[in-house]
Amino acid sequence: MTLDMVSRGQEVVIKSIKSKNARIYALRFGINEGSRVKCIAKINNGPVILRKNHQEIAIGQGFAKEIEVEAQK
Amino acid sequence: MNCHSVNRLLNIPEGNEVIALVGNPNVGKSVIFNKLTGRYVEISNYPGTTVDVNYGYYRDYIIVDTPGVYGISSFSEEEIVTRDIVLNTQKIINVIDSVHLDRDLFLTQQLIDYQKEIIVVLNMVDEVKKNDIEIDVEKLKQHLGVEVITTSASKGIGINELKEAIDKNLFKKGNPTPNLDMLLESEGKKLCCGELAEAENIFETSVSELQEKIYALRRNYVDVIYSQTVKFDSKRLAFKNKLSQILINPITGIPILVATLYIMYYFLGVLVAQKLVGFTMNTVMGEYYFGFIEKVIKGIIPNMFLQKLLVGSYGILSMFPIIFFGLLLPLVVAFHFFMSILEDSGYLPRIATLVDRVFNKIGLNGRSIIPIILGFGCVTMATMTTRILGSKRERLITIFLLGLTIPCSAQLGIISGLISKLGFWYLVAYVLIIGFIFGVVGKILSRIIKGESTSLFIDLPTLRIPQLSNVLKKTYYKSKGFLVEAFPVFVVATLLLGFLDAASLLKVIENLAQPVVTGFLKLPKQITEVFILSIIRRDYGAAGLVTIPTTKSQMFVALVTTTLFVPCITSFAMMTKENGLRYSLFVWISSAVIAILVGGLLAHIMIA
Repeated sequence: MTLDMVSRGQEVVIKSIKSKNARIYALRFGINEGSRVKCIAKINNGPVILRKNHQEIAIGQGFAKEIEVEAQK
Repeated sequence: MNCHSVNRLLNIPEGNEVIALVGNPNVGKSVIFNKLTGRYVEISNYPGTTVDVNYGYYRDYIIVDTPGVYGISSFSEEEIVTRDIVLNTQKIINVIDSVHLDRDLFLTQQLIDYQKEIIVVLNMVDEVKKNDIEIDVEKLKQHLGVEVITTSASKGIGINELKEAIDKNLFKKGNPTPNLDMLLESEGKKLCCGELAEAENIFETSVSELQEKIYALRRNYVDVIYSQTVKFDSKRLAFKNKLSQILINPITGIPILVATLYIMYYFLGVLVAQKLVGFTMNTVMGEYYFGFIEKVIKGIIPNMFLQKLLVGSYGILSMFPIIFFGLLLPLVVAFHFFMSILEDSGYLPRIATLVDRVFNKIGLNGRSIIPIILGFGCVTMATMTTRILGSKRERLITIFLLGLTIPCSAQLGIISGLISKLGFWYLVAYVLIIGFIFGVVGKILSRIIKGESTSLFIDLPTLRIPQLSNVLKKTYYKSKGFLVEAFPVFVVATLLLGFLDAASLLKVIENLAQPVVTGFLKLPKQITEVFILSIIRRDYGAAGLVTIPTTKSQMFVALVTTTLFVPCITSFAMMTKENGLRYSLFVWISSAVIAILVGGLLAHIMIA
């Protein structure tokens, strides 16, 4: 599934980031393919807010749709 | 790339060895710079505002403070500046935010891979304790292979240790990312400053496959270092981030945003614009100062024309100082005080997240809210910071909306003051009308301006209580910058208007504008002066409103019309510089047309 489908509180592993721009932004904030992140907030039809360790990042829907993730239990 | 003479690059004195301070945005580089060199530097949360490079002396070294970046590459102006400095400097002090170690170490490892001599400063260690994080500094030192010094720069902790490390020249080349040499070798390149930089493609804005491989390798290695050196309790973390979530969630976040804006309005419009300005403008400047200067001038200068030019209703010694010092100064200082608190608390990126969805509808992403909020300080400055936006299309839309709908700090203060006298429902109506026009015009622009918009991708910094000393410093420097810039324009504007008045030309212009001003807008004809002043500076125009007697409805129409009216001369010049004369003329003319149409429509509904 893609990141925009993730619900609040869910932990996911990033599988692939299609957009090159998003991939580079993500890397800089400490997230890349294989990173385990948690969705800590989500705005309906809006940005997804992820956290990895102490880093919080808001990702707009456009980018979220291009990020493939796998749900973790 | 040669590894010498950053001096020539930055045009700073030769002869002293250079140490570059490098780090992510908001890690406290400037505070450390200040502690080392004793020179104050603006600390800002906004990318796009710190492109100026500051330098100062520490013993025989020149310390260069670079713009905050997340990595050495070429994606923005700041990055290019930092990239050039880094590639031309051998000694580097790398400042890290201890709470965001995993993010910041990426840059550290990149600097190490470039074989720079480094001292790492783990700043904000006090926040580490507050957040229940444990960092094994010894292990970190071993992994990186460089000296690591812990500091809490804003409190002065660890600065002596840092100075000692510089004195003892503890700069060291660290341990490069494992397997990076192999990856580079397979591409026929070596792990040395120039060739690695080239392999990472940092001279181009496009990303190569090799660059991605290098980044991923480095990222994974940094994650390993992080997991072996940092421990924290994730349950405590969940609790600490509750507030952040409350601010972002629309159900709680929107009421908090509205409340924040209301507090801002109350602070600026009621406390400062009415109570404080009532004292400074009417009593101090109006009574004491004006009473004094009028007597003096009339006593020594008998010429009526000169008298009018100096102390008449648009006099350079009467109207100018009364408005500049009595009205604008308190408002501008108050605005920047409020903004500095908002900036330092880390709330702004959360507002950007909150409004992202709505902004998507007008072809923007939430990030555009940052120049728009800055526009409430000064539209000219905000126009410049639209460079942080991802695409040309977003910049064009944002600049148009800034020019049309956003009142700048002093104008906002004056409007708040005047509206609070009209009553609460006028405030609501004003906000709704301006908001509606913002939305409709944004929607139209997103249809007609071609190109693509980018999606939001923004870092949410840790929320913290702003430090008063930092807020005051920021307020001082921002207000000073603004007023220094405004001063000459005001002088010229007053002289021009004073001359028009003294030569009775103002009456002629007023008569010419009469069909529109008194006929269509149903306003008193003196409002023409407000429009003339608005062209020069919006805040000056708004200030003129204070002195003109109107009915409640007329005041409301005048406020809406002058808010939407053309951008001031300086922001017009900035728009021209950023996007060319054709675009800025388009903004200028459309603003005038929209302002008069909306004002006229309101006038016909409200004024009998």
